[in-house]
Amino acid sequence: MSTVLILADFVGEKASKSTVEIATAGAVIGEVTALVLAPVGKGAARAATLVQGPIAKAIVVESDDFDKHGVPATADALAQVITKMQPAAVLVVSYAFGKEVAGRVAMKVESGIITDAVAIAADCTTTQLVFGGSTTVHSKVSHGVSIITVRPNTVTADFVTCSPAIETLPLSIAEKSKLATITSSQPPVKGGRPELTEANIVVSGGRGTNGDFAAVENFADSLGAAVGASRAATDAGWYPHSHQVGQTGKTVSPTLYVACGISGAIQHRAGMQTSKTIVVINKDPEAPLFELADFGVVGDLFAVLPPATEGVKARKP
Amino acid sequence: MKIAVCIKQVPDSWAEKKMVGGLLDRANVDAVLNDLDEYAIEEALRIAEAHGGNEEGGANTVTVISMGPERATEAIRKALSMGANDSILISDATLAGADAVLTSQVLASVITKENFDIVICGTESTDARMSVVPAMISEKLDWAQLTFASKVEVDPSTQRVSITRVTEAGVEEIFAVFPVVISVVEKINEPRYPSFKGIMAAKKKTIDIRNCASTGVQVAAAWSTVIDSAPRPPRAAGVVVTDDGGAGQKLVDFLIEKKLV
Repeated sequence: MSTVLILADFVGEKASKSTVEIATAGAVIGEVTALVLAPVGKGAARAATLVQGPIAKAIVVESDDFDKHGVPATADALAQVITKMQPAAVLVVSYAFGKEVAGRVAMKVESGIITDAVAIAADCTTTQLVFGGSTTVHSKVSHGVSIITVRPNTVTADFVTCSPAIETLPLSIAEKSKLATITSSQPPVKGGRPELTEANIVVSGGRGTNGDFAAVENFADSLGAAVGASRAATDAGWYPHSHQVGQTGKTVSPTLYVACGISGAIQHRAGMQTSKTIVVINKDPEAPLFELADFGVVGDLFAVLPPATEGVKARKP
Repeated sequence: MKIAVCIKQVPDSWAEKKMVGGLLDRANVDAVLNDLDEYAIEEALRIAEAHGGNEEGGANTVTVISMGPERATEAIRKALSMGANDSILISDATLAGADAVLTSQVLASVITKENFDIVICGTESTDARMSVVPAMISEKLDWAQLTFASKVEVDPSTQRVSITRVTEAGVEEIFAVFPVVISVVEKINEPRYPSFKGIMAAKKKTIDIRNCASTGVQVAAAWSTVIDSAPRPPRAAGVVVTDDGGAGQKLVDFLIEKKLV
């Protein structure tokens, strides 16, 4: 049976939901081994949190170089394990960190790389949604090991209970992987709202807010949603750039996307058109985003959102 | 300091993109300088200006490097009109459809030959959106990787470069010494508009067009291949109501019906 290596992702000290997702994607190809990288003394504890997902084995590598040197040190260890194990495929979570690790690993082990897969078949054929979700592409790595990054929240995680056999592997990280040094590291600031790319519901505001996001935020809070913004709104300085949804911002694919006062240029559509259900509120009946709407309201967001917010709150016990 | 900026000409981000024969159809869309590369050019110019400028015969040079068809000279010309000194374009029919691995190999081989101290890139191109090439160039060159920078500080006397890295994982402070590969995030700065003087000056600047053989990179078949592609079906038309004072409640009813609240 083929083996698949996944780079386990941890949030805090616990295996993340994304780890279960990539394990689920990998199990279609073969038996899944999770690589657990950890600072010295923390490997066993991290590996012990691999309790869900189809994971058969875990390889633990401990080194303080991972926290100190980041992407290059991680890629160094992953490439060494690939060379030793010769897996059919290597799956990594498609965040900035995971993509950069995958890129460096592809160079090291001379293999092709595919990023942002949303599905993987047993023969390692990947499905990607490109050009802002307007086009489906099937691709395959045609040289070396299939190095694939998997977009979070796209594979339905199999939360089957697991207790992988744990093996500890001593490795040393090459000096050339330690050229940049991390002197401080802070986790993302967690506000009261979910992270944009992980949220089940996203409520976004655009030019139509005129800079006043209160109604958008209140509606988002009633739904437990993340708040997004169009490029017009972030360019105007109305909302932080980190919340921008669109071609040059974040790509989101939530269960529900509510666009308030956003006309829907391709720039914005590229970041949200794979959302399952789309609601559009805009004063202009000609706004192009209505083409994507499952439910559209031609009206002023400041008139529509407050009663909707009260209506949603009234549903909650 | 010798600073290089890697740029890419991409289809205009407002244009509809299509796949033809497994590759993005680049011929039939307007092509522009990748939005995110403008921040890289601006940052390179600011670093040069903060340490003696990049006027002719000055302390620093900013060189633009690109790979693409000859048409990419338009994007390069924009970078030159912003204030870069000179440029290198690797243009070769054998590189059409190059994947990230080949692109990184070609760019790295050009960079190696020129003794740069700093290479700056945007975080991604708005067409492929992989965000891997800066890391892959750094890997190929064995240079320090300082990517996803929202702030860059350079001390030429100690050759030390410090950045603030911002990603989903949080905020990190990272430093390294020359030579380094940097990528900068959108909004790290406000890219300048080319001045009339800059546009006139750019017409006289050199674009050194080279073929692939000059880089020494052997072009093999791409290591990842597109099997097929298809436009996704349009979404089914939804319901649109005009607000008469009751649309807020209608919206709630819709969400209840869809079991979203």
